[in-house]
Amino acid sequence: MPQSVEKVLDHQPLFRQPEYTEMFKAKKEQFECGHPDEKVQEIADWTKSWDYREKNLAREALVVNPAKACQPLGAVFAAAGFADTLSFVHGSQGCVAYYRSHLSRHFKEPSSAVSSSMTEDAAVFGGLTNMVDGLGTAHKLYKPKMIAVSTTCMAEVIGDDLHAFTSTAKEKGSIPQDLDVPFAHTPAFVGSHTTGYDNMMKGILQYFWKKQERTAGESLNIIPGFDGFAVANNREIKRMLDMMGVDYTLLSDVSDVYDMPADGTFNMYAGGTTIEDTKAAMNAKATLSMQQACTSKTLEYAESVGQQVKALNYPLGVQGTDAFLMAVKELTGKDIPEELLVERGRLVDAIADSMSHLHGKKFAIYGDPDFCLGMAQFVMELGAEPTHVLATNGTKAWGKQMEALLASSPYGEGCQVWAGKDLWHLRSLLATEPVDFLIGNSYGKYLERDLKIPLIRLTFPIFDRHHHHRFPTWGYQGGLRVLVTLLDKVFDTIDADTNETGVSDYSFDLTR
Amino acid sequence: MSLDYTNDAELSKKLIEEVLEAYPEKGAKKRKKHLNVADGKSDCGVKSNVKSVPGMMTVRGCAYAGSKGVVWGPIKDMVHISHGPVGCGHYSWSQRRNYYIGTTGVNAFGTMQFTTDFQERDIVFGGDKKLEKTIDEINALFPLNNGISVQSECPIGLIGDDIEAVARKKAKETGKTIVPVRCEGFRGVSQSLGHHIANDAVRDWVLEKADVQWEGTDYDVVIIGDYNIGGDAWASRILLEEMGLRVIGSWSGDATLAELERAPKGKLNLIHCYRSMNYICRFMEEKYGVPWMEYNFFGPSQIEASLRNIAKQFDETIQQNAEKVIAKYRPLVDAVTEKYRPRLEGKTVMLYVGGLRPRHVVTAYEDLGMEIVGTGYEFAHNDDYQRTGDYVKEGTLIYDDASAFELEKFIEGLRPDLVGSGVKEKYPTQKLGVPFRQMHSWDYSGPYHGYDGFAIFARDMDMAINNPVWGLFQAPWKAA
Repeated sequence: MPQSVEKVLDHQPLFRQPEYTEMFKAKKEQFECGHPDEKVQEIADWTKSWDYREKNLAREALVVNPAKACQPLGAVFAAAGFADTLSFVHGSQGCVAYYRSHLSRHFKEPSSAVSSSMTEDAAVFGGLTNMVDGLGTAHKLYKPKMIAVSTTCMAEVIGDDLHAFTSTAKEKGSIPQDLDVPFAHTPAFVGSHTTGYDNMMKGILQYFWKKQERTAGESLNIIPGFDGFAVANNREIKRMLDMMGVDYTLLSDVSDVYDMPADGTFNMYAGGTTIEDTKAAMNAKATLSMQQACTSKTLEYAESVGQQVKALNYPLGVQGTDAFLMAVKELTGKDIPEELLVERGRLVDAIADSMSHLHGKKFAIYGDPDFCLGMAQFVMELGAEPTHVLATNGTKAWGKQMEALLASSPYGEGCQVWAGKDLWHLRSLLATEPVDFLIGNSYGKYLERDLKIPLIRLTFPIFDRHHHHRFPTWGYQGGLRVLVTLLDKVFDTIDADTNETGVSDYSFDLTR
Repeated sequence: MSLDYTNDAELSKKLIEEVLEAYPEKGAKKRKKHLNVADGKSDCGVKSNVKSVPGMMTVRGCAYAGSKGVVWGPIKDMVHISHGPVGCGHYSWSQRRNYYIGTTGVNAFGTMQFTTDFQERDIVFGGDKKLEKTIDEINALFPLNNGISVQSECPIGLIGDDIEAVARKKAKETGKTIVPVRCEGFRGVSQSLGHHIANDAVRDWVLEKADVQWEGTDYDVVIIGDYNIGGDAWASRILLEEMGLRVIGSWSGDATLAELERAPKGKLNLIHCYRSMNYICRFMEEKYGVPWMEYNFFGPSQIEASLRNIAKQFDETIQQNAEKVIAKYRPLVDAVTEKYRPRLEGKTVMLYVGGLRPRHVVTAYEDLGMEIVGTGYEFAHNDDYQRTGDYVKEGTLIYDDASAFELEKFIEGLRPDLVGSGVKEKYPTQKLGVPFRQMHSWDYSGPYHGYDGFAIFARDMDMAINNPVWGLFQAPWKAA
């Protein structure tokens, strides 16, 4: 009997016990009718060949393991960063259960959103009643100050009109006339979660700003974009902006709502950008986006009301943070204080101490378009070599931008850029042209297993490691943290490769 | 080993009144029918399986989740296409912990996400051609797949695609099983219709088409409605095999298509999750004369009773074997109970889960001396509640399709020592300082089925409730 109370075996050791391994063997032989082991091995080997790679890259219809989600997820994330705001997603209810679960699994935090729970009759007659009743119920139960409406693909396919529906809900009295109900159409069959973030952000700003006149001021708006590390990254940029003495507004700040203290209370609306600040943000001198792909329409809109706009690409590391600070300086006229210069120096010092362990190491990077740009830049400044950079939701324009960045450094030479490809493509790429390390998210663990390439989790979603997002990756401080994460993986990998006494006593070094 | 306890019916009633007051009139009227206090009636007196109130923050999912996520997804040697936009397949990718053994990407595909990734043009012009090409590409790149299922997402049913025609055409071309499943998320009111649709697809596109040669024995059984979450089906199978039965199929945890096709050749279908797979059991009984029975492998009381009930369907040898199995594991059960019961005695539990667990796990908690003060289902039907009345004590709060609002108020009001529900409920509950275990995914633990699982279950409940963290919520300088 494998199980005992003295040492309760969890699934991992339990199913390795002979009682179970014999059972698995018998099941396979007698009941599964699988392919012969030799055939499985043959095909497994073939999937790692150049021949397979060519067939795999020639795929036209099938998508396997894409590294992207759909628009409403981004919309829910963007809305979560506004104070006292409830996301209301119009369409099928299962979608909302998925967004909530997805965000909770990453942040290990509550994620609140409601659905209009449309079913077959709504597919036929439209979802107006669902919207009217749903807004009323959501408002009465959860008492939000703002309800941010987005859509699932069901509502988009049948063509429900959010503007008309939300107005009708007010006319019918299900919600107060003065309740703020911005909306955005977020069809899942266009773009990805980054597009949804953009649409919701624009929807919210437009809702408030189109009702008012702009009085140009001196403040700065910052839009963080869809970021799994937003909790700590937003705090880090606020800290830096405070140090610079900038008058700023973060538009969508999820750093409190996705990082609530355990104190015996549950506040589903912790923190976030207030409605007043969102309105006042129209008067800002400029809007600075931390992620271009999350804000293209939003910035266009901000520019149209008279603001200066600038987009960064998930700034990481020394040059990334330099670019951020200089952008802030350029847009606000505020100087970069000595303290930040000291922080910069510390990061540069740490890189100088450690660069020999990263130099020339080959990295594959995948994730959202801006993350890929920021990460590749940092990898290159460490003297390491990006070898494959892949964004499933990357456009051709992103590909060109990526190539230009790679061309700016000798360490980017030979790196291949893969726009619109998925992680099954990446498997072929890594099998045929391997790298030393893979940078991505939790889904990369299957590549790590299949190809024995160590995975470094640095982007959303991270489900299988806890609390990484509570530490920043942005700023010089965040750069240190990314640096240490890379180094730890390098050193752990060497140690794991050299830990066999009598075989590899050497290289298992105490000091490095 | 059930305890004799009753719950505070007056408190439960008061909590129901309080939450109903918060709803608009229309919503309150609807929700009233779904909330009740157990009073000995077998059906718990609640209405179920009707539409959720829009905007209330239902916990429910959709038909796609019920089909792809629950029934079809675990079949390991088939490729399951999430047909439509990218999100559905993305959010459900690798999330249900249906364990299996296989070479993923080669002869097993469980932890992969296959999608047609619909774009606007597919909505406008239809996706059938894309689906055809997708199937061709799957067969070219994953030649050892033993079949393909097409899991429809919302748009498919709205744009008038004919996935059945595509499936027939491609099945004819390739000779492989290709199953179209009409599990669009807007169908029905929850995951539940997805289970039913998935069962019907098994009936029409697998069982009715299969031509199986099988050398049977008198001891052939099929496990039905065990999705091998954290290895549950394995911890169950081992017991059935130990008592001399031959498990010729596992539906659908760690299953191959062959195990599905073969099921009508079995002597008895053993169903664990009644809600998600009773349909196909009824069909197999009517069509092939295979009887079915429910069983419960949570906690020693139910395991023992189930082993004996199952054995009763067979000869004396099996019955004696069942006693031997029970006797073999008795020392483990005693040791687990002896260690954990004193730590858990009298602790109260609120459950809010899916298919079978709101009733099936009740006795497992009671085996540890714990008391159930509230329970409810996300997507039950009346026949589930009829099966629940006997499990719960008088005064127990019953909630069907509860909203996040209701759950929070009920948890605050009952202040249980433990809540067992899902990932969306976990973090709000823990913020309140109330211990929590996810009872869909076993909170990444498990198995919880069988004797091996009971030890893990007991250990997990103890560590959840008795963890020192709950004593740290209040800063010492803030102490009253």
